[in-house]
Amino acid sequence: MGEHRLKRVGLILEEYSPEKYKVLASVMKRSNKEIIQDLIDSGLKGRGGAGFLTGLKWKLAAEQEADQKYVICNADEGEPGTFKDRAILSEVPRKVLSGMGICAKVIGATKGFIYLRGEYKYLVPQLQKEIDEFHVHAEILGLNFKIEIFLGSGAYVCGEETALLNSMEGKRGEPRNKPPFPTENGYLGKPTVVNNVETLVSAMLVCKIGHEEFKKLGIQDSHGSKLFSVSGDTPKPGIYDLEFGLPLDEFVKEFGDGDTKAVQVGGASGFCVPRKKFSQTTIGYQGGLTGDNLPTGGSMMIFNSSRSMYNVLRNYLEFFEEESCGQCTPCRVGIQQLTRGIEAVKKGEKPPEYLQTLLKLTETMKITAKCGLGQSVANSFSSIVENFREEMIY
Amino acid sequence: MTETANLVNTLVKKYGNKRESLLPILEGIYEKEHFLSDEAMIEVAKKLDISSADVYGVATFYSFLDTVPRGKYVIRVCKTIVCDMKNKKEIVSTIENLLKIKVGETTLNRKFSLLYTNCLGWCHKGPAMLINDDVYYDLTPEKVTNIIAEYKNK
Repeated sequence: MGEHRLKRVGLILEEYSPEKYKVLASVMKRSNKEIIQDLIDSGLKGRGGAGFLTGLKWKLAAEQEADQKYVICNADEGEPGTFKDRAILSEVPRKVLSGMGICAKVIGATKGFIYLRGEYKYLVPQLQKEIDEFHVHAEILGLNFKIEIFLGSGAYVCGEETALLNSMEGKRGEPRNKPPFPTENGYLGKPTVVNNVETLVSAMLVCKIGHEEFKKLGIQDSHGSKLFSVSGDTPKPGIYDLEFGLPLDEFVKEFGDGDTKAVQVGGASGFCVPRKKFSQTTIGYQGGLTGDNLPTGGSMMIFNSSRSMYNVLRNYLEFFEEESCGQCTPCRVGIQQLTRGIEAVKKGEKPPEYLQTLLKLTETMKITAKCGLGQSVANSFSSIVENFREEMIY
Repeated sequence: MTETANLVNTLVKKYGNKRESLLPILEGIYEKEHFLSDEAMIEVAKKLDISSADVYGVATFYSFLDTVPRGKYVIRVCKTIVCDMKNKKEIVSTIENLLKIKVGETTLNRKFSLLYTNCLGWCHKGPAMLINDDVYYDLTPEKVTNIIAEYKNK
């Protein structure tokens, strides 16, 4: 870990090559099997947070027999502290469409959607222009694939892929039971690949530079680079393309304001790392911090010593309480109880030991909530309550 | 036919009468009428041949679709953590003073509504807000005063 330094990469937001859809054109000549193998070998994992192997997802969808398949680009970026997908869509949309086109060829889809959150509606005219141009290029390349924009309407939970599918089907955006997974039973019951905006760009990059080059970036189990959204108490807020495996203390040295008390990694559904743990923490999919299947969407929120961690946690809980779809009890009632609980401890209506009861409740939510929203409330709750216990009480 | 029924008709023609068309249709109604009335929801239910309770269920799920009348310009100020840290309170109280309404209310002339919203994805440039579909960031009380003045003259 010691040899790893903060390394800026710049692949994702790099300027286009002058020839449009060059990568897509070269991919059209390759066999689907070869492309899938390339992706699997690259070790690319989903960039939206859950971190599922992209190559495997595409393989599962490709193996399905169906009269219709779909590719959906998940642009329902709603995790607090995340804004990189908006940057990709406004700066290099062609790379996203190219990634969708490659996916369509590989799995055999003829229809694609960009599920764009309502908050980003102002991007539509520009994006539509790019899509129209994509259609012309795709036709020349012999790719029968049409893309449409589908607008969300302000619901964080719709970033969960099955909630997104329900939303597109004109239903309440409530997550479905898994299995069946979307690759088998997705939009309108057809095999569907739902990929985050950045994942599609990264998949395109693997096709462009090859899995060997791609794999050179990052650490074991976390390959490539990733866009990080940096905000909070920092003199340099913005979007940075950094290599995986970056040590948190290096990150704080680069982006902190000299008085950093904690960093929230992975947004409100991620983990809060206190100063004393900066040197032991590395950002990637594996390791103690963000083990597999935990959010690593790239949100990095920095808090300095002027911030009350009680207020931070209270704000997160309010967010989750409003955004919970309300379908399952552990999430709906659990979050309300956590909010009331920390308020009661703060006011002295409950003894400090009551925090232990609340931590137990988050454990229950972790194993019983239906989707990632309710399950991941435990992440920020326990990491803040355990590391800043005195701030919760006094 | 009423204006609302006409609007629903046009939207159904544009997006189709399948269940998948429901969200785009509701978004289209909201854009024109600034809320979803009982009349509009019942009309949509008839056209799509689904229960009006289903339409209501969807309409009330999404925070950008309202079933109570809103102003022509809906101001949504982000209240999630980073904008909260960057003093969104000052922005909200400035707007409250300018429009003489509280958060959640609509001006008497039905021109403005002021609401809170969750993360807008502009954390690096907070505080941020939306007015209908347009985003404003790096807000200060002076900046927001100018923006509101501009909208008042629209």
